Amino acid sequence: MSNLEETYDIVIVGAGHAGCEAALACARLGLETIIFTVSVDSIALMPCNPNIGGSSKGHLVRELDALGGEMGKNIDKTFIQSKMLNQSKGPAVHSLRAQADKQNYSSEMRKTLENTDHLTIRQAEISEIVVEDGILTGVKSVSGAIYHCKAAVLATGTYLQARCIYGEVSMHTGPNGLQSANLLTDSLKANGIEMFRFKTGTPARVDKRSIDFSKMEEQFGDERVVPFSFSTDPESVQKDQISCWLTYTNEETHEIIRANIDRSPMYSGVIEGTGARYCPSIEDKVVKFPDKIRHQVFVEPEGLNTNEMYLAGMSSSLPEDVQFAMYRTVPGLEHVNIVRNAYAIEYDCINPRQLHSTLEFQSISGLFSGGQFNGSSGYEEAAVQGFMAGVNAAMKVKGRPQYVLDRSQAYIGVLIDDLVTKENLEPYRMMTSRAEYRLLLRQDNADLRLMKIGYDIGLISEEQYNRLIWKEQVIEEEVKRLESTNIGASKEVQTFLEEHGSTPLKTGTTLAELVRRPELNYVMLTNLDSKRSELPDDVAEQVDINIKYDGYIRRQQQQVNQYKKLESKKLDPDFDYSKVKSLRNEAVQKLNLYKPMSIGQASRISGVSPSDISVLLVFLEHLRHQKQEG
Amino acid sequence: MKTNTIAAIATAMSSSGIGIVRISGEEAFEIIDKIYKGKERLSKAPSHTIHYGHICDGDQVIDEVLVMIMKGPRSYTAEDTIEIDCHGGVLITKKVLETVLKYGARPAEPGEFTKRAFLNGRIDLSQAEAVIDVINAKNDYALKSSVKQLEGSISGKIRDIRESIIYHIAYIESALDDPEHISLDGYSDELSAAIAPLKTEISRLLKSADKGRVMAEGIRTVIMGKPNAGKSSLMNVLVGEERAIVTDVAGTTRDTLEENIRLEDISLNIIDTAGIRETEDIVEKIGVEKARNAAEEADLIIYVADGSCPLDENDEEILSFIEGRKAVVLLNKTDITMVLTVDQLKERTSHQIIPVSAKERLGIESLEEEIKNMFYQGEIDFNDEIYITNVRHKNALEGALKSLQMVEQSIENSMPEDFYSIDLMDAYEQLGSIIGEAVEDDLVNEIFSKFCMGK
Repeated sequence: MSNLEETYDIVIVGAGHAGCEAALACARLGLETIIFTVSVDSIALMPCNPNIGGSSKGHLVRELDALGGEMGKNIDKTFIQSKMLNQSKGPAVHSLRAQADKQNYSSEMRKTLENTDHLTIRQAEISEIVVEDGILTGVKSVSGAIYHCKAAVLATGTYLQARCIYGEVSMHTGPNGLQSANLLTDSLKANGIEMFRFKTGTPARVDKRSIDFSKMEEQFGDERVVPFSFSTDPESVQKDQISCWLTYTNEETHEIIRANIDRSPMYSGVIEGTGARYCPSIEDKVVKFPDKIRHQVFVEPEGLNTNEMYLAGMSSSLPEDVQFAMYRTVPGLEHVNIVRNAYAIEYDCINPRQLHSTLEFQSISGLFSGGQFNGSSGYEEAAVQGFMAGVNAAMKVKGRPQYVLDRSQAYIGVLIDDLVTKENLEPYRMMTSRAEYRLLLRQDNADLRLMKIGYDIGLISEEQYNRLIWKEQVIEEEVKRLESTNIGASKEVQTFLEEHGSTPLKTGTTLAELVRRPELNYVMLTNLDSKRSELPDDVAEQVDINIKYDGYIRRQQQQVNQYKKLESKKLDPDFDYSKVKSLRNEAVQKLNLYKPMSIGQASRISGVSPSDISVLLVFLEHLRHQKQEG
Repeated sequence: MKTNTIAAIATAMSSSGIGIVRISGEEAFEIIDKIYKGKERLSKAPSHTIHYGHICDGDQVIDEVLVMIMKGPRSYTAEDTIEIDCHGGVLITKKVLETVLKYGARPAEPGEFTKRAFLNGRIDLSQAEAVIDVINAKNDYALKSSVKQLEGSISGKIRDIRESIIYHIAYIESALDDPEHISLDGYSDELSAAIAPLKTEISRLLKSADKGRVMAEGIRTVIMGKPNAGKSSLMNVLVGEERAIVTDVAGTTRDTLEENIRLEDISLNIIDTAGIRETEDIVEKIGVEKARNAAEEADLIIYVADGSCPLDENDEEILSFIEGRKAVVLLNKTDITMVLTVDQLKERTSHQIIPVSAKERLGIESLEEEIKNMFYQGEIDFNDEIYITNVRHKNALEGALKSLQMVEQSIENSMPEDFYSIDLMDAYEQLGSIIGEAVEDDLVNEIFSKFCMGK
């Protein structure tokens, strides 16, 4: 019997948000790429919430876009409502979130994949990785077909040995009843890869016609929509938007949950996987926060061409009858009809500390991975990892240097560094508090931070790059101009200040000083600034922020300089730390396990103390001297 | 923002009348120019020269000094290095160090001068291992002494303050992460109200840090002995002889009395059990127990045996306690009929035994001679890490206080809330460094345990 045999540069396993980004990056870089999915109809499926972005996740999407990823462009094409969150707070925490038309999102992404050169889409379940002498050489499908390749990216999401559970019902399927992938785990284990079992959940989808919206608060999108992608024309996204709705649970809801808690598989012990604390089911919330008399429920449309609505805030794995009863206690949902019930899902993923910061496996050369398979959660977290894994797989094949973003460059860097250096015991979600230098890592400056890298990789066009260079220059000049433009205490100025509730001037000052006042900003000063030339919104915004938060930004920049010093001291990932005398045993074990790429990364591993780092520094220096002399 | 210029007292503070404060790093000259008053600006002076002048904090003269300047790379650390020879004794040396810190340096980490010397290629390669050992040893000691100094109420207070701070950071952060569930409306007033008492508490800790520090230096010497053995008489004799330079400050955190005496150039920090004595008539045992606790941390123990009565249970306990520790045994009351003899004691202990009469001041010179011998022969040594740790603590408390003031200022300037958490986190980290706790995942854990997040 002979089997199908094909050869590609790169194999991508999985066509979710990680897999799509990985595949597009590789194919666009000119490499022959094949992407596998258990169902072509579910490419870029959104099996949980119907939105892209949100606090810190919006940052990820913007960063991805600046590097040359697809998610931002795709959501700009398919959003049905958009909001900039945290607008009343500082610029660092402004974050975009858009409601997606799920079906449209998926089919637009599929269309993009289908029309990308060098990219082959194949519906098949991959069951094995082929590794020879620690090097990945191919993958096999359930049919026995063999696909030779130079590198592969695993992005299996929540499909590995997936099990969906609600009440007493437990089914071996992936999300939405899709086929799970049951064979690959064994092959990975046989190759020495350590697996975790994680769990997540989703709320019910309900029929819009059974909802009484008059009992809910309507939630509108922003009047002026900001696109995710730096290449999307802002005018093209100003369109009619669909509303979401807000309602609340109440004591009656909580009573029903408490009375049936013993029937929850989470509490009866049926579910073994570790769930995420930031994404608790409604029963978790009721049990852990018994003092809260109500929880918010956002009712969000799943798309324009469907009556299904998503009940954000009420994910659950309670039995079907309990779900009906509890949803129907919520104002506006008294007669609600469930289309798809809520469920929890358990799946296999890896312990991500087995990866290098490039997302390549430490033990298997040429094997990369991204997304929920790496123990993260969320579409955006998945997409950025898929992208980085894809880019680095491509670089490996091309024999070019790999790309690692550090914690001072991008949320993406924070995310991946956390995954590979910290103990990760639950699905990892991006949070703005995880970024130490968040004043620098804003969503508004993602292009200024990362687009050059995207250009260097080869995924940003010449045209975009040129605009970036122009933008940088204009910002710099304009900031300088404002810093050096004096303004006197003229009548016009004093009147203006009074009108805006700002203290009148005693002596002359600069325009920049006025911008720094909390109650004023760059745009407001237009009339006082006769020499100003008209700048695009995104440029004006940068000028405003750079001047206004100058002090804080400089402070963080100094911290970054300190941080960079330790990051720049590279470590050999294959070094055996037991050779370093005076390192404590715990540190030796942890360092050998995590194989940090720099002193900075080593210092973040839990169990490695500052004095261990001093010892390492001395040792490194010792080695360097030896080399020089030898 | 932490500077990279470090400073510390480079001499063991007890063993010499002169104390040297060493500064190393890029800003060394910038700092010395601000605090040195002499014939010329030292940044303009040629390298490897010595200058006479005064160290001043503004208008206040701290000490008359000699300053040696060495420009990098021709110095121990290969960086710009300045050594200030202080003449005013231990306390003044510390004042000089504090002035240096105030004007921009930070306290050196344990072994940091040596580490820099090595990293900058000034130390021979064969010494690499030794350097590592120094770093480890000093760290261990610093950690131990740091924890020691903080036993009890102070670390408890710092933990309380930190707990309050992390709660507020978590609140702000959870609202930023989940703005639709958690609102910050009116929150800045609440935060202002919460910060005020934290600041008061830190200021109070700072004041007590100043007071407590006086006694934390010198060879920690504890006098042990059963009731009426003559401990207090001995203390009085020792203190009395050096009355001119005695500083007596009642221990603020423990109920023992500490006195600082000087034997030539050795500084002894004597902990008497006078405070303990008051409780003796209630339960005699307590006296020994308390002395034992103090003695656990001592560099030197003086055991006073009562020559007028046979060894009892208390003596036995003390004798076994001092075995393997640095100690001197005094056989007291040679002025009256002796029941206990030197030979009897010799059978029970390997330590030097000196017959004395505290009452008649006999044999005291021998005791002093013995202590000096032990010190100069390196049997007992005084580790300045205690003091250094103390400076670090004070520095961290000041830093935390400053960060909280910054938060108040941000509130006043109606800065957005996400800016508050930057300075709050700074305060949290500073306080954490005192009790040896790193931040790690505190915040994320606090967010999830205190606030109900998300979908």
